[in-house]
Amino acid sequence: MRPVTHCGILELLARTVISNQVGGNMSSKAAASIVGMMAIALYSGLGMAAADPYQLNLPEPQTIIARQIYDQHTMLLWICLAIFIGVFGVMFYSVLKHRKSVGYKAANFHHSTTVEIIWTIIPFFILVGMAFPATKTIIAMKDTSSPDITIKTTGYQWKWGYDYLTGEGEGISFLSNLATPRAQIENASPKEENYLLEVDNPVVVPVGKKVRIIITANDVLHAWWVPALGVKQDAIPGYIRDAWFTIDKPGTYRGQCAELCGKDHGFMPIVVEAVEPEKYTQWVAEQKSKSAAAVVDVSKEFTMDELKAEGEKVYAANCVACHQANGKGIPGTFAALDGSKVATGPKAGHIDIVMNGKTGTAMAAFKHLSDVQIAAVVTYERNAWGNAAGDVVQPSEINEFRK
Amino acid sequence: MAAVHDHDVAHAHDHHPSGMMRWMMTTNHKDIGTMYLWFSFIMFLTGGVMALTIRAELFQPGLQIVNPEFFNQLTTMHGLIMIFGAIMPAFVGFANWQIPMMIGAPDMAFARMNNWSFWLLPPAALLLLSSFFVPGGAPAGGWTIYPPLSVQMGMGMDMAIFAIHIMGASSIMGSINIITTILNMRAPGMTLMKMPMFVWTWLITAYLLVLVMPVLAGAVTMLLTDRNFGTNFFNAAGGGDPVMFQHIFWFFGHPEVYIMILPAFGIVSEVIPTFARKPLFGYSSMVYATASIAILSCIVWAHHMFTAGMPVTGQLFFMYATMLIAVPTGVKVFNWTATMWRGSMTFETPMLFAIGFIFLFTLGGFSGVICAVVPIDIQVQDTYYVIAHFHYVLVSGALFGIFSGAYYWLPKWTGHMYDETLGKVHFWLTMIFFNLTFFVQHFLGLAGMPRRIPDYALQFADFNMISSIGAFGFGLSQLLFLYVVLKCIRGGAKAPAKTWEGGKTLEWTLPSPAPYHSFETPPVVR
Repeated sequence: MRPVTHCGILELLARTVISNQVGGNMSSKAAASIVGMMAIALYSGLGMAAADPYQLNLPEPQTIIARQIYDQHTMLLWICLAIFIGVFGVMFYSVLKHRKSVGYKAANFHHSTTVEIIWTIIPFFILVGMAFPATKTIIAMKDTSSPDITIKTTGYQWKWGYDYLTGEGEGISFLSNLATPRAQIENASPKEENYLLEVDNPVVVPVGKKVRIIITANDVLHAWWVPALGVKQDAIPGYIRDAWFTIDKPGTYRGQCAELCGKDHGFMPIVVEAVEPEKYTQWVAEQKSKSAAAVVDVSKEFTMDELKAEGEKVYAANCVACHQANGKGIPGTFAALDGSKVATGPKAGHIDIVMNGKTGTAMAAFKHLSDVQIAAVVTYERNAWGNAAGDVVQPSEINEFRK
Repeated sequence: MAAVHDHDVAHAHDHHPSGMMRWMMTTNHKDIGTMYLWFSFIMFLTGGVMALTIRAELFQPGLQIVNPEFFNQLTTMHGLIMIFGAIMPAFVGFANWQIPMMIGAPDMAFARMNNWSFWLLPPAALLLLSSFFVPGGAPAGGWTIYPPLSVQMGMGMDMAIFAIHIMGASSIMGSINIITTILNMRAPGMTLMKMPMFVWTWLITAYLLVLVMPVLAGAVTMLLTDRNFGTNFFNAAGGGDPVMFQHIFWFFGHPEVYIMILPAFGIVSEVIPTFARKPLFGYSSMVYATASIAILSCIVWAHHMFTAGMPVTGQLFFMYATMLIAVPTGVKVFNWTATMWRGSMTFETPMLFAIGFIFLFTLGGFSGVICAVVPIDIQVQDTYYVIAHFHYVLVSGALFGIFSGAYYWLPKWTGHMYDETLGKVHFWLTMIFFNLTFFVQHFLGLAGMPRRIPDYALQFADFNMISSIGAFGFGLSQLLFLYVVLKCIRGGAKAPAKTWEGGKTLEWTLPSPAPYHSFETPPVVR
């Protein structure tokens, strides 16, 4: 099931050598993996290799910022290693030699102003050396000006929404949910390669284009993080933050929400697919035609069965995490819908809570769903499980409600 | 006191209530210190059981033992219990036992308030722990209780807020007591610059506590009113700002981490010279370094928030200020090394834990500098790298300091020597399993595993399994410590007044065990 590959230190060395030969820009990573290897040999003595399950370092950087971060981290590791060897070399020499059991007599010195000044000043300059490249990177990270494409991402409990705001693809909008089946999480079926790191709708971006990403949240704090891109930014409800990246080569880059956002914090991954510009144009065209097909006249009347069928899908994508498939919720934490006052009471109250949420609880506002989706899910909730309100909510009512 | 005859004083030793009432009503610094230490150990085991449940869930990918809501409650409560229940009270226990004896005072300055400071803690702990049993369960927003998530919680959150209020009040009273004792009750001749390092570190810690605990109280009170009374301090929809909570919280939170480490610095600064049989190198620079760390700790809070988004100048300022802390911390490590240099060292258990402390705390310091560099922090913030970092400074830092101090002073407290062999076994087991648990977490974090998740991608499986095995080894090793302490209390070789050959501070002039009332006549320090 799990791709476990236990290989030895020797293989790791071989890999290091190979990666050294691949290209000049790989040398810093090779150095880092040597440091990592020494560390693991020292500390765990388990003799493991840097195959995927034993990745010791930051992921392969895909943007200029991620590359700078990678190299600065490597530089810092080397500096720390040098200091480590210096300080603990002295200390362990002392531990070995200056012990009573070998008859060493204690000296009685207790200060030396010169030495103390020296070891206050030297670390200061080492720190300045560390801070200098970092400062340049920070300034570069903050430069989100003149992007080719701007995408807004919104964190929801527990999924990401994406709206392409400017540039090629403007107007595209979708939600991105975890695609890993529940059965794998509950250990009922074998876990696949991208377990917990796969989504239904990835963010697609062209390579070589500067993408500005605007980050916000709908309910609680989240954080949009893709390690290979060197971007991590908290998503804050009511506030806007931004970051940028330009991806060098096509590929699928995976990340996760990095700020605790409740129950399913561990289950809202981010997948960025970087494609060649031509393929991106193609993707944009597909999305546009899909959304054109999906536009429905709000005044259209649906039957109960149509709404319930659609509503069940909307429920499964948006509501099931808290209210559960059986509508019973989780007692004490998430309210039951089956037999609840709201779902069996007047329509207006039900529509209101779905669209505007309920302050002070985990119930978020779902205004961002379409009129059809809201009408469908409300109808479904009123007529599923033991609920039998018997009434139908039409998209036109939702449209009216928005005004 | 002048009116009390010598005769009465001699008998005062016997005139205290017995049984439960002795402990309920005691105003004796040694009794109160003992209660603090036991309370802390019980909380340590409670928080430890939570940690092991977390590690058991993370043993393999997939959900096996707990559901995600309960997992979040466990991580939150583990943090709160270990910080407010285990580490802080342990150091206050040390302060109660040792500060009066080390400065030649008969007791703490405010003896009755001392009793009250302690007895606030058990109800607070009960309040906090009982939140598991209310609808909605314990708080599950992380120990940092960031809104808006913490506004969504059930009443368990309100209980935690009240518990934090009570524990904060206890800490403030304890700190006022410690400051007053140190400033007013030193033996004649003991100037500030002649005080033992442990007393100095506690004096500075106590000032930090008085400074920041009210800030935390303010933050959680605003949270309470946001939750229950319709205010909008942290609700953007009502004109508030969720990030403001983070600023206020970390203005408390960052000094808090130094509150948990400075007394450990003090203990190590006592232990190293004793077992090196050589005075502490650079005493005055140690004092200045401690004070500098305390001052700097108040201006670096936003390094916990680099990913929250702030102006470039903000990020630069907090990065530079944070990196600057490495300077006085480095001075301390160099001074300890210089103290050991050309000493005549022996390696009893307290010394082993002190050296283990320096070794591992320095590793935690290295990862601290790495986290301070903003671009790198962007990658490691909220990952297992940060978990590894702060367990290196809080477990192999604060906790190793506590173990070192406990072994160091147990003979003074109980009058018996502890079992040296078992003590050393405890050290080595703790050392090995600690590293097994936490070193691999650096790799997990760099490779991209976020913290506070109950389930993870397959590439993280093997290191998580190693970490869980280490955690269980670490947890079980601590039962050995309990056994060693109990054995030492019940009997063992008689400890001499000056237990350690190199012991120079005043407590070693008292018999072992230390009499119930000590230094009724102050000693004179030359």
